[in-house]
Amino acid sequence: MAEDMIMTGAEMVLRALAEHGVKHVFGYPGGAVLPIYDEFFQQDKVKHILVRHEQGATHMAEGYARSTGLCGVALATSGPGATNCVTGLMDALADSIPMVLITGQVPTHLIGSDAFQECDTVGITRPCTKQNWLVKDVNDLARIMHEAFYVAMTGRPGPVVVDIPKDVQFAKGTYTPKTGVIVKSYQPKTQPDMASIEAAVALMATAKKPLFYTGGGVINSGPRASKLLREFVELTGIPITSTLMGLGAYPASGKEWLGMLGMHGTYEANMAMHDCDVMINVGARFDDRITGRLDAFAPNSKKIHIDIDPSSINKVVRVAVPVIADVAAALEAMIASWKKHKHALDHKALSSWKTEIGKWKSVDSLKYRSNKDVIMPQYAIERLFALTRDMDTYITTEVGQHQMWAAQFYRFEEPNRWMTSGGLGTMGYGLPAAVGVQAAHPKSLVIDIAGDASVQMTIQEFSTAIQYKLPIKIFILNNQYMGMVRQWQQLLHGNRLSESYSEALPDFVKLAEAYGGVGMRCEKPGELDDAIKAMIASPHPVIFDCRVANLANCFPMIPSGKAHNEMLLGADVSDEEVGSAIDAKGKALV
Amino acid sequence: MNAHKEASGSAYFIDTKKLEVNTHTLAVVAENQPGVLARIIGLFAGRGYNIDSLTVSETEHEKHVSRFTIVTSGTAPVVAQIKAQLERMVLVHSVADLTLQGNFLARELAMVKVSGEGDKRVEALRLADAFRARVVDASTDSFVFELTGKPDKIDQFISLMVPLGLVEVSRTGVAAISRGLEAMKV
Repeated sequence: MAEDMIMTGAEMVLRALAEHGVKHVFGYPGGAVLPIYDEFFQQDKVKHILVRHEQGATHMAEGYARSTGLCGVALATSGPGATNCVTGLMDALADSIPMVLITGQVPTHLIGSDAFQECDTVGITRPCTKQNWLVKDVNDLARIMHEAFYVAMTGRPGPVVVDIPKDVQFAKGTYTPKTGVIVKSYQPKTQPDMASIEAAVALMATAKKPLFYTGGGVINSGPRASKLLREFVELTGIPITSTLMGLGAYPASGKEWLGMLGMHGTYEANMAMHDCDVMINVGARFDDRITGRLDAFAPNSKKIHIDIDPSSINKVVRVAVPVIADVAAALEAMIASWKKHKHALDHKALSSWKTEIGKWKSVDSLKYRSNKDVIMPQYAIERLFALTRDMDTYITTEVGQHQMWAAQFYRFEEPNRWMTSGGLGTMGYGLPAAVGVQAAHPKSLVIDIAGDASVQMTIQEFSTAIQYKLPIKIFILNNQYMGMVRQWQQLLHGNRLSESYSEALPDFVKLAEAYGGVGMRCEKPGELDDAIKAMIASPHPVIFDCRVANLANCFPMIPSGKAHNEMLLGADVSDEEVGSAIDAKGKALV
Repeated sequence: MNAHKEASGSAYFIDTKKLEVNTHTLAVVAENQPGVLARIIGLFAGRGYNIDSLTVSETEHEKHVSRFTIVTSGTAPVVAQIKAQLERMVLVHSVADLTLQGNFLARELAMVKVSGEGDKRVEALRLADAFRARVVDASTDSFVFELTGKPDKIDQFISLMVPLGLVEVSRTGVAAISRGLEAMKV
C-alpha cells in the first residue's frame, strides 16, 4: 500500500470531497468536527462557506445542486448541528435533490452515554434521507464517502448523511480511491424496457386529446432531458403543462405551453388535464397539489407514467403504461420509436383539441385588477421578469403566495433556473438557496422572490452573503401577512385571521444596512421599474422591500377536495364564493 | 362527467370499502448492516402499514446478507406499494411477495409453558403428542413444549392449552420460503 494512502479520517474526508470534484461546502464548525475544520484550513481545493445556522447550510447545498446538476455538500457538528439540518434533509428528500451531509459525532466510546452534544443522528435522519451511515472504523470511511456520493446522485437523487465520530476523524487508516465502488444491493434502473416504450408510443398515437404533464424528474435527469422533451413536443404537436418543480424544462415562450397546472395552475392547464384522453406524465408524481380530488382526476384519460422510481408508479393514480427509466433515456427511446413507426396524430382531432384549449386560454385566468396607487404583487413579478428576462438569471423562492405568483408570472425558458421548495414547502428556503446558487454562479443575477414572513425564518444567512460578497437580491413581496395562511383562513375559517398578520415587521431597509448590505423600498407602481433596475445594478447583496397590496389573493385556485374543472377564478370571485368554496370534507385536507 | 366510473387509488376520499384487505407474506433479502432493520420498521411505522409478524436473521455470513420475513395486511395496491417501497431501499437486494407468487412454506416456532397436575397434565401431554410438540423442559407441575408449524396450527395448540393451564407463550414469528428450485436474488 502506497504511503500516501495512509491518513487520518479528517484528511480522508477532504480527499474524498476533492476526488468527487466538490468545490464548495456549506458548513458550521463545532466540537465534533474540529479535526475536519483543521484540514479545511490546510488546503485550498475545497472552499468552505461559513453559514449562520445549519439549516441554511442544507438549503444552500440544495440551491447549489439544483442550479448546477452537481451534488450539494453540507457540514455540521454533532447534536444541535445535526438536528438543525433535519428540515433541509427532508426538503431535499421531498424534491429529490442530491445532497451529502457530513456530521460530526461524539467519540465512539461516548456514543450512547448521553454525552455533551450527542444525539442519535442516524436515527433522527433515517426517515429524511435516502441512506445514512455511522462510520465506526476509519478504514470504512473512504468507501462510505464514495457510496454516499453515488447513492445521492444516482437513481432518484436524494440526501444522504455520513456521521463521523471524532475519534474516527483523528484515527489513521487507509484511503481507498473511488474507482470500483459499488453498492451491491443498489442498482437503479435507468434504461427503459422496450416493450413499455412501444406500448406508450402506440397509446400516444391513438390520442385525440393528448397532453404532456411534466415534472421535476425532467430537471433532475439533466439538460439533455429538457432538450429531448422539447424535441418530442415539437415532433408530436402535443400541448404541455408542468408541475411547480418542472418549470423551465419546456420554455414558457414555447408554442404548446399551457402554463403550470395544479392548485394554482392556469385554467387551460387544469381543464386540459381534466379533459385529456391520453396523459403523458414525464417525471412527475401525481402529487396532491396537482391532482386535486383524485376520484375526479382526468376521468377519461389513459395514462403513461415515466419515472425512475418504481414506487412512484401506481402510488396514488393507477396508470395504463408505466415506463421505469431515467427521463432522458425514456424520451430518447420514445422519439426513436415514434419516428420508426412514422406515427402522426389525427390532425383534425388535435386541431379541435387545440381550439378547445384556446377557448380556455381566452379566459385569461391569471388576470388581476391592476391598480395605479398600490403595487399589485402580480405586477411586481411581471415587471421583475420583464426587466431581467434577457439576463443570466436564477430565481429562488420562499413558500406561500409570492411563490405561486412567481411560478405564474415569472416565465422560465431554461431548466435549472428555478429553485423552490415544492414537496416540503419550507418557508425560509429561498434566501439560503440563493446564497448556494450565487456561490455556484458568481457572475449571474440571483434573485430570491420572498415573502415578509418566510424571509425572516432564515434572514441571518444574509450575513453569509455579505461575508462572501455574494450579491443575491432578496425581492420581498411585503403584504404584512402570511398571505397564503390568510387566504386559507378566508376560504375555510370564516375570515377569522388567527395569527396570520405579520406584527412588528422589521424595517427591511435598515436591516439590510445593519448587515452591511443594501436596503431598498418601493411603494408606488410608477417607481417600481427604476427601483428594480437599481437593485439589479447593485454589485452588493440587496434586500428590496416591495410594498404590495395587502389583501391580494392568489388565483386561480382549485380549492382542496375539488376537481380540476371546479376552479375558482380570481377576477370574478365574490367574497361569498370564496367563503363557501370548500365543503366540510375539503376542510380536513391540507 | 363520468368521473365516478373509474376506481382510482385516491389518497383523498379513497373508497377502501370496495377493496379487500388480505394478509401477505413478504420475503426481503438485505445487506446485513446496522440500521437496515430500523429503516424497514420505520417504513411501516411512518407510512402507516401493518406488521403482523417480522422475523430476521443473517442467512449468509460471508456475503453479509440477512433475510426478513414480514407478514403484513392491506389491500392489493397497498401491498404492492409496500413491496415497491422496500425494493427502493439502498440496502435491500430483493423483495418477493410470496402470497402473490403462491406455493410457499411458512413456519413458526413456539415455546408454550403449561402448568397443571393430574388429568390436565396428562391431557396436555397427549395433545402435545398429537401436535408433534416436544417437551423441552419439565418440572413436577409444569412443561415447556416446543412446537413448529404453520401459524394457525400454533394458534390452535395454544387455544387448546388455555383450559389446561397455559402460563405463557413465546413465538418466533413466521419464516417463509418458496417451494421448488427458484431462489431469491442476492
